[in-house]
Amino acid sequence: MSEINSNLFFLFKNLPLLLNATLTAILLTFASILIGMVVGIICTFLRIYGSKIVKKIEFAYEWVLKGTPPLIVIFIFYFGLGKYLNLGPFLSAALALGLRSSAYQAQIYRGAVLSITSEQTEAGLSLGLSKVKTFSIIIIPQAFRLSLPGFTNEFTIVLKDTPLAYAVGLVEILKAGRDILNQPLTQSITGSNITGSLNPFAIFVVCALLYFILFEIFSYALQFLSKKYEIPGFITDKETK
Amino acid sequence: MEENLLIVENVEKSFGSQKILDGVSFKLNKGDVKVIVGPSGTGKSTLLRCINLLNPPDKGKIYLQNTEITSLPHSKIPSIRQKIGMVFQHFALFNHLSAIDNVALGLIKVKKMNKTDAYNKALRELKRVGLDQHKDKYPAQLSGGQKQRVGIARALAMDPLLILFDEPTSALDPELIGEVLQVMQDLAKDGMTMICVTHEMGFAKSVANEVIFMEKGKIVEQGPPLKLFTEATHPRTREFLSKISELYGESEKK
Repeated sequence: MSEINSNLFFLFKNLPLLLNATLTAILLTFASILIGMVVGIICTFLRIYGSKIVKKIEFAYEWVLKGTPPLIVIFIFYFGLGKYLNLGPFLSAALALGLRSSAYQAQIYRGAVLSITSEQTEAGLSLGLSKVKTFSIIIIPQAFRLSLPGFTNEFTIVLKDTPLAYAVGLVEILKAGRDILNQPLTQSITGSNITGSLNPFAIFVVCALLYFILFEIFSYALQFLSKKYEIPGFITDKETK
Repeated sequence: MEENLLIVENVEKSFGSQKILDGVSFKLNKGDVKVIVGPSGTGKSTLLRCINLLNPPDKGKIYLQNTEITSLPHSKIPSIRQKIGMVFQHFALFNHLSAIDNVALGLIKVKKMNKTDAYNKALRELKRVGLDQHKDKYPAQLSGGQKQRVGIARALAMDPLLILFDEPTSALDPELIGEVLQVMQDLAKDGMTMICVTHEMGFAKSVANEVIFMEKGKIVEQGPPLKLFTEATHPRTREFLSKISELYGESEKK
């Protein structure tokens, strides 16, 4: 039989492994983004409303995380901290990618909050709203909309960084592909007369395709969200001018 | 017996080392319309921001209905602010809310009105400024004049004791100023108490019962508009008023 058929057979046989790996990649993306969001929002508050020292500490935090390769941060969590507490590959990767993302998300949210004029806050306060209510009713809903394009970008970047977790043994898509490639060919084809070898090109293209499909789905979903919450006249006006 | 609605007593305010207000005092009765004029950077806007405590004064006292509001604890400040309407130079409408939601927001979130009543009242206020047809439009879909009228309706909805206008027409195209001034004139005639920072001298002449001329953080001269325009005692007042009358005075003649 042809080489193409043997590759297809292999992929089909390993479909559960690939789908499981895809699910892991999705979970890792969501966990990292969520960690990044929580920490990022806290960082935003500290940077905008904190005292001078707090602002400096927050700045340093962002600076360090932006300047360090994420793979090294994963290693620090997995091997470095592994001596003291066993986080496991998933949690190590989620924390590393999440904290790195928090630095970028903080920047996205800060930009959004700062682009809302102080008059908006003053108008809220003038009506008799408290500071907290002004922030939650007036500022956050606008900042949320303004951060969506940047957030979409950050989300897809985190998604595409998940293969780094391969390095600590997490079975995400890339690791699954590599595992499939390493399987002895003869074992898998008992009862059939398929011959030949598995093509690395085919399996890695399939891996890339899986990422691309995820990228498309998430980009589309987030763009849909942007459209849904678009303020009438607000965005289009600026684009047509 | 005359009871002052608002008393401003010797108010001082500095930003950094720069003194913006240097001992300003005046009184306001119910139904008064005061117009504050003066060169830019004289502290006119800061004075308004002191009155509704957005920038609390450093020194001096402000009384609203005989209550000193400058010494209140922070927790009481929102309850004072809801009694004082504010209209902003750049409108400051909430961009993510439609016109009617802008007007109803304070009623629902501050006055805790139920939604049906709040929207009914909001619609009445929009009607008052002639914008009930545009109630579902968002700020970005309204003209400058319409935005400012929504801003006025938003202040009116709270049933304030007085409304502060911070240069309400200076960000508008000339042909849109008239519609906003008309709404303000109608309000004045309905007996609304107003303090307006504006250079619209036509407006000052037709509805103000007092014009205050400020310079360098101080009140130079104050008095009824006609008196100030024709027989100002201070030379600087005469100079300034004749200059802005040339620029703005004609826009209200129809």
